[in-house]
Amino acid sequence: MTNYLVQASNLHKNFGSVHAVNGVDLNVKSGEIYGLVGSDGAGKTTTMRLLVGALLPTQGEVSICGYDLQTHVELARSTIGYLSQRFSMYEDLTVLENIRFFAEIRGLSSSEWLPRSMEILEFVGLSNFKDRRAGQLSGGMKQKLGLASALVTRPRLLLLDEPTTGVDPVTRQDFWQLVIKLVSQSIPDSPPIFGENGGMPEGQGGGVSVIISTPYMDEASRCHRVGFMKAGKIIAEDTPSNLRARLNGRVLELRGNPINTLRHAAHQDQDVEDVAAFGDKLHVRIREGKSDLVIKRLSDQIKSVGATITELRVIPPALEDVFIALSESNHD
Amino acid sequence: MTEPVIVVENLTRKFGNFVAVDHINFEVQPGEVIGYLGPNGSGKTTTIRMLLGLLKPSDGKATVLGYDVFKQSEEIRMRVGYMSQKFAIYDDLTTLENLTFYGGVYGINDKARIQHTLELVGLNGHENTLTSSLSTGWRQRLSLGIALVHEPKLLFLDEPTSGVDPTARRLFWDLIYQLAESGVTILVTTHYMDEAEYCERVAVMRDGKLLAMDTPTNLKKSIITGDVWEVFAHPLEKGLEVLTAMDGVERVGLAGDHLRVISSRARTEQSRSVGKDTMQSLLSEKGISVEKIERGEPTLEDVFLSLAR
Repeated sequence: MTNYLVQASNLHKNFGSVHAVNGVDLNVKSGEIYGLVGSDGAGKTTTMRLLVGALLPTQGEVSICGYDLQTHVELARSTIGYLSQRFSMYEDLTVLENIRFFAEIRGLSSSEWLPRSMEILEFVGLSNFKDRRAGQLSGGMKQKLGLASALVTRPRLLLLDEPTTGVDPVTRQDFWQLVIKLVSQSIPDSPPIFGENGGMPEGQGGGVSVIISTPYMDEASRCHRVGFMKAGKIIAEDTPSNLRARLNGRVLELRGNPINTLRHAAHQDQDVEDVAAFGDKLHVRIREGKSDLVIKRLSDQIKSVGATITELRVIPPALEDVFIALSESNHD
Repeated sequence: MTEPVIVVENLTRKFGNFVAVDHINFEVQPGEVIGYLGPNGSGKTTTIRMLLGLLKPSDGKATVLGYDVFKQSEEIRMRVGYMSQKFAIYDDLTTLENLTFYGGVYGINDKARIQHTLELVGLNGHENTLTSSLSTGWRQRLSLGIALVHEPKLLFLDEPTSGVDPTARRLFWDLIYQLAESGVTILVTTHYMDEAEYCERVAVMRDGKLLAMDTPTNLKKSIITGDVWEVFAHPLEKGLEVLTAMDGVERVGLAGDHLRVISSRARTEQSRSVGKDTMQSLLSEKGISVEKIERGEPTLEDVFLSLAR
């Protein structure tokens, strides 16, 4: 038996001659936060829309909670909460009326949705604003309302398509704390947030799964597992720490004056693969096993041209370093 | 020394009783790349609008490129460029047509100059491409080109690389550094730490006040004075509860599959700051299993969250 909540195999979606999704395999476990990371046009949103059944794949199969999306689309969809990039809400309706609307179109009766909505509003921190018109909410609160609306059917799978675009880091942090709590709260010995069993079928130990798409590395680093998408394919997939470990010992931080001389010197070194400027410092990627050699050689070289080094050391690689290294090795 | 590009002295803007910008002071030197950060409503946009001469200060003063922002706003606007995500690119025009159009707005009809701008942002060879078929990364380069066509000395960028992956962002920033090297001063407003990390100095605003302005490295050192720990423990939520209540812990956040803990700075030599062992034993005492505790690096986001709360 498998414990994957989402299973997608060999997914393809063509729009005319454009291969928006070009052979994606995706398996997401119960209780997992999976990040689809890539730029606009990499195929993230199309993949999301294939997973909710809003688009039919040109080829490939998807099953959600064991329901085949082609043959049991309604059952599959009933397990999904979806927050799109531009989620719709009625600005003239209050917070609670908006949730009611979403609940009723999903076929919930008022004896079901009302207590549940209050629980959810409490959870996202909007219970004091339930009678406020949605149009009067701040950006962060609108986002929480979107999340609340997506949660009202007690989904087992939450799909969040770039949910934090355009919101500030404090709001983003709050949003993420909610998402992580949602996933980690359904562990057996903690009280479920949404009623008995947390809405989970009996005997299913795991909790809500989340698939989130983002172009930002600081968000990717909060996911349990990350899939890097490029040109419709997932080019690498692992936990953030395993992904970072791929470049362990191969990223140097270089700081000093004048920075342009340092950059030039680093570019010249035969064992340097990449030099990236970050404001007041450089990140230098080194060929496998050559770090000690390069540190020695680079400091001699820089001193010989009269520039100064204030810092030159191996640093823990960032996800951004890994992403760039991967993109370079995947040029078609 | 050369004259600073931006000088802001006690700059203040009130809307009724609300103080949107509250006596801020800073200077920016030519060729600097400055990040301007703050939560929504912190006064960032109001500051920029005053610097562009679109809004009159209630108190204090500011000069941009040596011109008074209020009395000489026309002079300033001729010499600054502005790029925003919301900036209109005409989809049914080609890249060259877009640039020519916006050049015309600034009274620039010199074809060579427009061609030069096109090359500067790396769009040569794409002159006749309809902008609707450009990728986000290329569109951002075109927007930059449009902001640069009148050869400004100061460039305002509003979330210039939102929505692109790190590779495209890197290419864009290489261009920005190239401009800065040629003497153009750059001011970036952003919500994204991925972008802020690229800036030479970063300013953080909250409630109309300028809380800090320094290099990312110095901000991390001066604001995050304690240690950063990555704690892998189960159950996560209980761990969060226990560590949040722990003495000497400044902040705990959920970071996906682990907790991110920032300790307060030790006050004396004797009272050592919270360490691996003290966290380990407290968590075990409360029945929380600890998989591992590792040292982490402070990020700009940590800085932002400490300042913005």
